[in-house]
Amino acid sequence: MDGTELAGQILYTWLTLVFGLILLPSAFGVSLGISEIYMKILVKTLEVSPWSDAALPPRSALAGAGRGTRGIIQRDESPMEKGLSGLRGRDFELSDVFYFSKKGLEAIVEDEVTQRFSSEELVSWNLLTRTNVNFQYVSPRLTAVWVLGVIVRYCVLLPLRLTLAFIGISLFVIGTTLVGQLPRNRLKNLLSELVHLTCCRICVRALSGTIHYHNRQYRPQKGGICVANHTSPIDVLILTTDGCYTMVGQVHGGLMGIIQRAMVKACPHVWFERSEMKDRHLVIKRLKEHIAHKKELPILIFPEGTCINNTSVMMFKKGSFEIGGTIHPVAIKYNPQFGDAFWNSSKYNIVSYLLRVMTSWAIVCDVWYMPPMTREEGEDAVQFANRVKSAIAVQGGLTELPWDGGLKRAKVKDAFKEEQQKNYSKMIVGNGSLKSELD
Amino acid sequence: MGSRSSHAARIPDVDSLRRETGFSQASLRRLYDRFQALDRTGKGYLSRLDLQQIGALAVNPLGDRIIDSFFPDGSLRLDFPGFVRVLAHFRPVDEEEEGNRDPKEPEPLNSRMNKLRFAFQLYDLDRDGKISRHEMLQALRLMVGVQVTEEQLESIADRTVQEADEDGDGAVSFLEFAKSLEKMNIEQKMSIRILK
Repeated sequence: MDGTELAGQILYTWLTLVFGLILLPSAFGVSLGISEIYMKILVKTLEVSPWSDAALPPRSALAGAGRGTRGIIQRDESPMEKGLSGLRGRDFELSDVFYFSKKGLEAIVEDEVTQRFSSEELVSWNLLTRTNVNFQYVSPRLTAVWVLGVIVRYCVLLPLRLTLAFIGISLFVIGTTLVGQLPRNRLKNLLSELVHLTCCRICVRALSGTIHYHNRQYRPQKGGICVANHTSPIDVLILTTDGCYTMVGQVHGGLMGIIQRAMVKACPHVWFERSEMKDRHLVIKRLKEHIAHKKELPILIFPEGTCINNTSVMMFKKGSFEIGGTIHPVAIKYNPQFGDAFWNSSKYNIVSYLLRVMTSWAIVCDVWYMPPMTREEGEDAVQFANRVKSAIAVQGGLTELPWDGGLKRAKVKDAFKEEQQKNYSKMIVGNGSLKSELD
Repeated sequence: MGSRSSHAARIPDVDSLRRETGFSQASLRRLYDRFQALDRTGKGYLSRLDLQQIGALAVNPLGDRIIDSFFPDGSLRLDFPGFVRVLAHFRPVDEEEEGNRDPKEPEPLNSRMNKLRFAFQLYDLDRDGKISRHEMLQALRLMVGVQVTEEQLESIADRTVQEADEDGDGAVSFLEFAKSLEKMNIEQKMSIRILK
């Protein structure tokens, strides 16, 4: 008897604490400062600590040059003409094949795109086994700290986070269903916003998220389209904590499906069936209708179409930019030192991804709102998309890549290969040497 | 969760690979990480598809031929030793190493001759030891796509074969190939240096 009573008491105290210290303040958008204190301790431990220096990799000197620019091979970036110059100048030669084979093998050893689909390497170890890639020497002292870290993360933080996540999602589903019963009026909108914001704040606490919003004066307005770079499903959570958006996406099954159906009762989101998603015109038409009123919440779209590892921005699909309306770009940059937010969907499914996130130290990110952009005269959708992409890349400190994120699943278009072939042909045929042969 | 530290001990047969390819321990580790990153589904070996999905390789006019050189004799699986053996052809030539080499040992994979052999087999599809005019045409066609007419291509192919062909059999053997390139700095053109 005593055992179960004790367990019951502990559970009761636990829930009261959680309710009082976390849930209530979330409802009012107020912070008690507990997470700030946690973050301060974390920062001190991970960034300034003397013992983490012992685990610095031998390549730390190179790493200082900037994240994402480290290469493992020495690159010769000279253009095709220089690389192909053989014994005789610019005619075709047997040796021309060297240039292409070298470029090909360089691509096999290291290419710009594949490395964007694996997690960023860290400069110094953050006491998580999963990031321990090339830090070989781990002293006993460091191991002791690591064990302490594991205990804290798995025994203290994980249960807390799971509880919060559970409460957050249940409240959300119940709340939106209740609000959905009301007729469409201002009260409904207000309540729906309240429910959305509260539950998002709870869920963010569930991940120990610390988010810094910059330039809040540029927050997306009603009737606009919000465009951001995509790193993980958490992006949605991070943006929704600061304002309500209309989501666009495919209808899923399971838990996601329940959440989606609940959301749509309180607030008009745009969900598509899988078959409808293939029909681009239908999608664009529905979105156009949505923003025509200028009174609906801004639409949230991730034009990359897939999760990238937050070191670069890949090609923005032009579809979102054909809808018209004002585009509000937003740049999201995570700090990988505290926890890796990137979802590698080919390696982890959503559940193991969420567990990894919940057993990291924290999710720290910066969100920059940027001034709205509209399509200029004589600019087509692709150019506009690239302009917005550059702006986001510059703001977030990310590299810009012209490649399509869909490359991780599909083959690249032949048009790019034709470019190379054109360049080469111009060289061997266009320089007049062939004319002398034909004379 | 599992530890992702890829110590050298986890690479199979690392010592014999080091001897065979001449790569340093650190380079082998970097290549092993790369091998695992390319093996997206964690099969333990690479298939043609894994290599075809590298964007920069797919746009390379000789991309398919290069992929073929990793899968000799129609095999469908590329394991790590096979991966590294092909890459070893592109290891930069170390002057000191060349001087100290024991003449009784087999030629290192990155010798000038072996680099030339690698380039030769990109042309010689049927592996008969000769580049026929037809094979030359095919390789040229790959590199220029649809940009050049058949006649122009044929004349380029004829000229090249004529210049290199010494014994007049209308095809370029490996020795003729090597001879025509004897003045070329192969070591520099076909080397990829891996930064530690």
